[in-house]
Amino acid sequence: MPQGVSPRAEIVVAPRMGDILVQRKSRGKVAKFVASHPTIFAGSLLLFAICAMAILAPYLHTVDPAALAPARRTRPPSWQFWFGTDTLGRDVYSRVLYGARVSLIVGFSVAIVSSGTGLAIGLISGFVRWADAIIMRVMDGLMSIPPILLAIALMALTRGSVGNVILAISIAEVPRVARLVRGVVLSLREQPFVDAAVAAGTRPPMIIIRHLLPNTLAPLTVQATYICASAMIIEAILSFIGAGTPPDIPSWGNIVAEGRALWQVKPYIIFFPAAFLSITVLAVNLLGDGLRDALDPRMAKRL
Amino acid sequence: MLRYMLKRTLQTIPVMAIVAFLVFALLYITPGDPAAVIAGDQASAEDVARIRVALGLDRPFFIRFGEWSWTVLHGDLGTSIFTSLPVGKLMLQRVEPTLSLMAITLVFSISLAVPLGVVAAWRAGSWIDSAVMGFAVLGFSVPVFVVGYLLTYVFALQLDWLPVQGYTSISAGLWPWFKSLILPSVSLALVYVALIARITRATMLEVLGQDYVKTARAKGLGEHAVLFVHALKNAAVPIVTVIGLGIALLIGGAVVTESVFAIPGLGRLTIDAILRRDYPVIQGIVLVFSFSYVIVNLCVDLVYTLVDPRIRY
Repeated sequence: MPQGVSPRAEIVVAPRMGDILVQRKSRGKVAKFVASHPTIFAGSLLLFAICAMAILAPYLHTVDPAALAPARRTRPPSWQFWFGTDTLGRDVYSRVLYGARVSLIVGFSVAIVSSGTGLAIGLISGFVRWADAIIMRVMDGLMSIPPILLAIALMALTRGSVGNVILAISIAEVPRVARLVRGVVLSLREQPFVDAAVAAGTRPPMIIIRHLLPNTLAPLTVQATYICASAMIIEAILSFIGAGTPPDIPSWGNIVAEGRALWQVKPYIIFFPAAFLSITVLAVNLLGDGLRDALDPRMAKRL
Repeated sequence: MLRYMLKRTLQTIPVMAIVAFLVFALLYITPGDPAAVIAGDQASAEDVARIRVALGLDRPFFIRFGEWSWTVLHGDLGTSIFTSLPVGKLMLQRVEPTLSLMAITLVFSISLAVPLGVVAAWRAGSWIDSAVMGFAVLGFSVPVFVVGYLLTYVFALQLDWLPVQGYTSISAGLWPWFKSLILPSVSLALVYVALIARITRATMLEVLGQDYVKTARAKGLGEHAVLFVHALKNAAVPIVTVIGLGIALLIGGAVVTESVFAIPGLGRLTIDAILRRDYPVIQGIVLVFSFSYVIVNLCVDLVYTLVDPRIRY
């Protein structure tokens, strides 16, 4: 699990002259936020640009990403084909732009599905004592299967589709969320305000919604961001080894998989999707690191 | 302590039983008819029926699970649908390259990541720290196949220092064997290095603020001794734990790396099995890898109860 800055690292004894001067100029709130959380700003700006690119793909000088043209196979990048053409003569630029959609959809959906499911399981497990032992043993078992292998096994049994890819990766990610939420709930349960709510006769569902849920949101958001990044990588890996998104849908993993036969002579076919994939995952990871430092400094110290 | 070690060992049995149950249950909980999916779109009704019988899907779940567990406990992992060979035998033929790849990656990663993390914590806030942490974020973000192709392009195609693809068995000599694994293990190591360097830095930062580190410095010990003897030793438990947990990344990454570098190991076997929808092989591989993962982490726990005198149960 990604680890970060311990608070100790940021102790600065004396304010520097620059900081004092800038404060006196009374900068705007936005500028202040950007300056204090540069990674959140950089990550979300990049991610926003990639989302915009994916949504506006049809208007960005693209052609049909599936249009075959055997006459112009494996052309190098040029004015007409910005990223060149692949072995079937398809325009790599258009395929890469449309491929962004698959990565983003898979990343966001897995983050939502697995954090929702994990949240529910973690809350129940942390709050209902008799269920805890059973649920956590199952989660331990699920966590003992390396995530990529679990996703591979699930994909081997289902037909390749974007929905099944999302499901397979989500199942692999759920135990990590459930564990995180359960840990938070267990420590909260001992807090006086929960005791007070129990003593006041608040019913358990209300305690969960009103007292436990809000406190899990910060670490959960951070975790969901990391899950989004890892889901994008796993989707690309599954597509790359032929167990993911069906080949007729352009996804970054698929484009690399199709380009690999010729990559020693035509490296540009795999260069562009690989670069876009890495930059997108980097953007999400930067956002996650920034959110972690901003929302939950304590989490930085935990495993 | 012996009691704790025994208890910790016994605890892995239910975990392994649950892993086995989950791996087996996947056949039943996945939506749709797995026999039809495995047989493929062109298969006849007879083929589907044959596969259904071969997988035991025609019989009740718990009876099948009982039988399957029994055979697995006897070391029989089932029979490949495609080659009709025992899965155990297929896997044994492929073990050497995968184990070699993982062992070299492990050595590479630890010997690179731990010093990086220590230096980053020692000079926290400096440009070295920023460089190490930036490298770590990059390591988490660039997929292993991208690293693999990039390194191959530079070191094999352009500079021609190392072989592009393939694996040379250890029986052909130590140097050719090592040479064939340099690029694959460096690619596989990247994400693992990022993970270990980050946790090393975080724990070292905590340890370096402790009083005994001040004492060590006050009595005139050199920085080297303070960092690597006093501080690192005390930071070892979380680092070793993460090295153990990170094996999951190595296992998943090995599948991809073997595919990129055409290494005939267990990962390659997995990919061939996916393309042929040979589920018994996938099941066997998932089971063996997961068991190994559980056992590695058990060993990690046991080793530091032995090594760390602070842990007493």
